[in-house]
Amino acid sequence: MALSGVQIFKLLPKTNCKKCGHPTCLAFAMKLAQRQASVDACPDMSDESRRMLGAAAEPPIKTVTFGAGPHVCTMGEETVLYRHEKKFVRPTVIAVRIADNQPDTDIHTALADVLDSEIDRIGQKLRIDAILLDYVSGNPARYQQVLETVIAHAPDVPKILSVQDADVAETALRSAGAKKPLLHGVTIGNFEAMAQVALKHSVPAGVIAQGLDAVAQLTGKVKELGVSELVIDSGARTAGAVLRDNTLARRAAIKKNFKALGYPVITFAGRDDAMLETLVAMTGIAKYSSIVVLSSAEQWRDLALFTYRQNIYTDPQVPMQVEQKIYTVGEPTPESPVIVTTNFSLTYFIVAGEIENCRVPAWLAVMDCEGMSVLTAWAAGKFTPAKIAQFIQESGLPEQLTKKELIIPGYLAILSGALEEKLPGWTITVGPREANALPAFLKNRTQQEMQSKP
Amino acid sequence: MVFTEPKEAFPGSIYDITFGAERTVTFGGENSLAFHGFEGAAPHHPVIAFEVQDSLPDDWPPAVHDVYAGVSGDPAAWAQFCQNELKAQAIALRLLSTHPDRADRSAADAARTVADVLAAVSVPLIILGSNHVEKDAEVLVAAAEAAKGRKCIIGKAQEKNYRTITAAAMANDHLLIALSELDINLCKQLNILITQMGYARERIIIDPMCSALGYGLDYTWSVMERIRLAALAQNDAVMQQPMLADVGMYVWKTKEAQAPEAELPRWGSLKQRGIAWEVITAGSMLLAGAELLIMRHPEAVASIEQFIGELSVTEAG
Ligand code: B12
Ligand code: SF4
Repeated sequence: MALSGVQIFKLLPKTNCKKCGHPTCLAFAMKLAQRQASVDACPDMSDESRRMLGAAAEPPIKTVTFGAGPHVCTMGEETVLYRHEKKFVRPTVIAVRIADNQPDTDIHTALADVLDSEIDRIGQKLRIDAILLDYVSGNPARYQQVLETVIAHAPDVPKILSVQDADVAETALRSAGAKKPLLHGVTIGNFEAMAQVALKHSVPAGVIAQGLDAVAQLTGKVKELGVSELVIDSGARTAGAVLRDNTLARRAAIKKNFKALGYPVITFAGRDDAMLETLVAMTGIAKYSSIVVLSSAEQWRDLALFTYRQNIYTDPQVPMQVEQKIYTVGEPTPESPVIVTTNFSLTYFIVAGEIENCRVPAWLAVMDCEGMSVLTAWAAGKFTPAKIAQFIQESGLPEQLTKKELIIPGYLAILSGALEEKLPGWTITVGPREANALPAFLKNRTQQEMQSKP
Repeated sequence: MVFTEPKEAFPGSIYDITFGAERTVTFGGENSLAFHGFEGAAPHHPVIAFEVQDSLPDDWPPAVHDVYAGVSGDPAAWAQFCQNELKAQAIALRLLSTHPDRADRSAADAARTVADVLAAVSVPLIILGSNHVEKDAEVLVAAAEAAKGRKCIIGKAQEKNYRTITAAAMANDHLLIALSELDINLCKQLNILITQMGYARERIIIDPMCSALGYGLDYTWSVMERIRLAALAQNDAVMQQPMLADVGMYVWKTKEAQAPEAELPRWGSLKQRGIAWEVITAGSMLLAGAELLIMRHPEAVASIEQFIGELSVTEAG
């Protein structure tokens, strides 16, 4: 559990010698409490204090990574139960399960679906993050064969090897070990042999037991054997069991500093019913799973779950925002219209997307409103005629344009008069309210202009 | 290490609400967070109402409108279809055509629609205005009178029109939805204003304002979690009402629930995408604390009912 500044202060030498770079021991204690300083900065601390502070500084949920290269998966490090307290930091890894007893054609389809899963949403490139390869055939040669196929086709996708046989795991890690897969398969029956394999190949291990108590017993044993990067699976498969086990494990780790459950959780969402599977996965994303394993990559579900994860893991204090600047859509000319909006990511991407759709080149003037939507920014006094006028004047745009026309959001039609006063020489045009009406609006406008030209 | 389950008991609890006359349903009543049956009591399941509108829903995309194709021009037939064919537990009648920007139908017209629907079904009814503050104040007063004796839920009362709507709910023995916009303080304030009129706080349903997956769901999620924690952990008696999530109307206007596959091939099946959008939005609101949902697609409703069943069994196994 995190210590308070005062608790930390009691463990310091209280000499105010300033060697740590802070004026007093208390000031240093406060910095430590906020995790803005390192325990090592004070040279005079007793060994006992150093040990206690070191343990307290560890995150309540251990950092565990798997995979290698650009798409490495990092999990853990969460410090709260509710996102309004503090941002959730490590978005749930979304994985797809492939079983080695599936026919080759199905395996190839599944691989292709995973590799082709990337979707752009609000400026983020989102994709299926990992493949879980499940050993169910009972035939070690078959598992190895499928593993080689997966490695060959998806070398950079992080992998989870779901294997409970230490010999099969050892062989698998000889080909896959360099890219640090997660070895998911430590049970009460095999933990000594599996821990050895995990240690030898320096890979994290998944610990499987029925219920949290059994999981806690087993993580303790595995940790004693020297494997410290662990992921836990309590056998919860229904939505209710996932909610209960994940809640109790997260609470134990965060509120009680119970280390034996302070690990990322893996949840298997696979169900016969695709919507129910979607809902179990959703429960895992909302309620503390670090990995959610799906039975397949379906485009409609990927989009929905990626979007959901983005919602849950966005910072509740700071909305997602884009840079203030003049964006170009297509290749605008000095005659092209200027469209103004705010820098809330959602607003920007919706508006930019619609303009792109209709292929009318335009200048998109995106104004910094601290990431607020059009109406919110207006209500908060950030998107006012004076501020919009100043932004446009200083944007460098007026110098580039021969025709000065500014299109404003339909919801803010009432601003047009004031804007006309503040932007002499500009025509202010009120656009439609919803962005999805923009394509028709822009196309109409261009047509009318063409017709009105001599 | 020996593991003791860190269960939590809260000082506060949520009021339960029963509505309807001939047939009734009850929701709320729990003393723990949503579906935390492993550490508290959750006597009632959340309730799902099917949305019915008083005029042809021309802005519902085909994916969901097709389900109601034969009945959507007639609110009584539509409600009956939901009750008899779709086995709805409750109906939510939205008097959308009273909106001045739509057909601007009169309060008297609306009252007739309410009477027709009530005559056609026996399941409990939620009566909603068009979300126009001035017009709703007129329409909901007439609707509340027309529904006297049927113990409906009416709404939504907002800061600018709560007085007349609350008075109408009180005079005609209905329950009341109090809508605030994603702000826990405004939510509390409105509850206080309503109860100061002498309206019992056990008869209010909080609508903290819903939003769809990808379009502000994160704001609704956190406001709901905070309201529920205030009710249970801080035992704030002003916030201990059940919560409503008005899901369908936000979901089915999103691009994701409407864009054809031909336009956006990377988004996959339109049918499943739309249902998934409603299912995730609704499911998420349930996890954040909602006990009453208003939904549109029957397949989404069926999935959510299955989900509620699963969430309600939380013992190890
Ligand atoms: C989520 C939300 C918030 C969030 C902020 C989210 C954010 N990052 O901005 C929070 C909770 C913080 C918030 C706070 C407030 N909010 Co607020 N909020 C909303 C809500 C529910 C949704 C806003 C949203 O995300 N919209 C989605 C984006 C994409 O919409 P958009 O930016 O408008 O863009 C659309 C169109 O405008 C158009 N468009 C955009 N740009 C352009 C450009 C052109 C040229 C064209 C043609 C079209 C176009 O395309 C988009 C899609 O169609 C709205 C209600 C609603 N349903 O709209 C209220 C709303 C905007 N909020 C409102 C208010 C009053 C406030 C507060 C002042 C009140 C308070 N509770 O304290 C504060 C102000 C903030 C502050 N710090 O002072 C009011 C504004 C009323 C008004 N008409 O002035 C609203 C309308 C609610 C209401 N009915 O009362 N809010
Ligand atoms: S170095 Fe240690 S003893 Fe010296 S002021 Fe800093 S905390 Fe205190």
